Amino acid sequence: MEFTFFLAGLIALVTTARVITCANPVHALLYLITSMLALAIDFYALGAAFAAVLEVVVYAGAIMVLFVFVVMMLNLNAETVAREKSWLRPKLWAGPSAAAGVLLLAMLWALISGGAEMGGITGAELSAREVGMNLFGPYVLVVELAAFLLLATLVVAAHIGRDEPNGVSDAAARGERVTSNVQVGESR
Amino acid sequence: MMEFTQADVLSVLGTGIKTLVILVGAVLMAALMIPIERRLLGLWQDRYGPNRVGPFGSLQVVADMIKIFFKEDWIPPFADKAVFVVAPAIIMLTSLLAFAVIPFTPTWTVANLNVGVLFLLAMSSLGVYSVIFAGWASDNKYALIGAMRTAAQMISYEVFMGLSLLGVVLLAGSFNLGDIVESQRGLWNVIPQFPAFVIFFIAGCAEIHRAPFDLPEAEQELTAGYHTEYSGMKFGMFFVGEYLGIVLISCLVTVLFFGGWLGPVLPGFVWFFLKAFFFMCFFILLRASTVRPRYDQLMAFGWKILLPIAIVNVAITGAIVVATS
Repeated sequence: MEFTFFLAGLIALVTTARVITCANPVHALLYLITSMLALAIDFYALGAAFAAVLEVVVYAGAIMVLFVFVVMMLNLNAETVAREKSWLRPKLWAGPSAAAGVLLLAMLWALISGGAEMGGITGAELSAREVGMNLFGPYVLVVELAAFLLLATLVVAAHIGRDEPNGVSDAAARGERVTSNVQVGESR
Repeated sequence: MMEFTQADVLSVLGTGIKTLVILVGAVLMAALMIPIERRLLGLWQDRYGPNRVGPFGSLQVVADMIKIFFKEDWIPPFADKAVFVVAPAIIMLTSLLAFAVIPFTPTWTVANLNVGVLFLLAMSSLGVYSVIFAGWASDNKYALIGAMRTAAQMISYEVFMGLSLLGVVLLAGSFNLGDIVESQRGLWNVIPQFPAFVIFFIAGCAEIHRAPFDLPEAEQELTAGYHTEYSGMKFGMFFVGEYLGIVLISCLVTVLFFGGWLGPVLPGFVWFFLKAFFFMCFFILLRASTVRPRYDQLMAFGWKILLPIAIVNVAITGAIVVATS
């Protein structure tokens, strides 16, 4: 289990680095998906099988699909890739990378020196029942707040996607029973 | 260092052999579906279907395989090569991985996961990438439109698929597929969970984009949709992937709603096979007898009819489970 954990962790690190260094956005997204799958394996190795599967279902399987969906629409070509490449000059990334490297070293040192106190990677499984009991027991307030937030986003999405106030209905937008299509075009 | 005992080695070997048998069995079944489908379509459409190669045309698939292996495997020069090659492998991989958690008999399952149902949903949601990346990497308008349709269709129908399964999980009190089968000893889930069964079957059909939900590859409008640019064995992988999907959904319907291996007299595996085979044939009957809906009809049907029914089903099942426990 420990070996699985560190191997998946390494893959997650490398693929995440490729996400930001890749000039082609779709390739970057592929790396991001791989990185999420690696994270899911890490969760599993830590015993959180439920979280691991949710990571795949929600992040890798649904949210990333929408990312890919949007990027697909952008009509990217060799020109875009070249432009992205031109933005990735060492002058721009050298400073932040060095700072992030120092932070990584600090974290590794903390982990290695304090590692003995942690539980270790055993793969002892936490069942979905326990997760549910916790979510609707001690953490019920957080769950309800998240529900508020999601409802708010739903309302906003419905508001943005609603019909125009000047009476252009759904049917009109599709071009059915409309006298002048030009009007529809203007109101949009 | 870890110590390996003889029992450990034997159990690893046993799992390995089981995995191999199930993988080969699933792929063979998927390949066999192709001549079966063509013969059954012929039967239902009052014509012969392929009946020349081998007994009753059953070796047609072998002839097709030989043909497809010898075809030129062409990658268009304008395609994104890496993604183009990876895409067809994803659908095979995710479909085959999903077979790992299916309990064929009480002892024949590769991974007895406690989150089995969720694992299945995860694999089916990863399968979307195959189609999306194929459509994008082809750099072809038909392929891109097909991929767009798939993305929207699969993300929407995944929601109803997941919700329809919650009722079954509530009744069994577990995400483990083996426990779900055992919980149906007295009564198959299809009776108390009939709406869930219908929704799951429709959503499953949409997930593997089979007719009548084959809008991503509607040949009249999109040539062949996302696999327009694919040829040779890469096309073959999409093709077999689709049939693997049929086998998978049929196995799932059997496990979740029709009591899996449970049944009188005959051994468990035979019952499982008979039930699953019935649904595979039903998929073919669906293709032979239904028309393809328009794209907005597909979306409206999902969000306005299936979603409310699924939610009401979960609420009622939950209330009954709480009241009786």
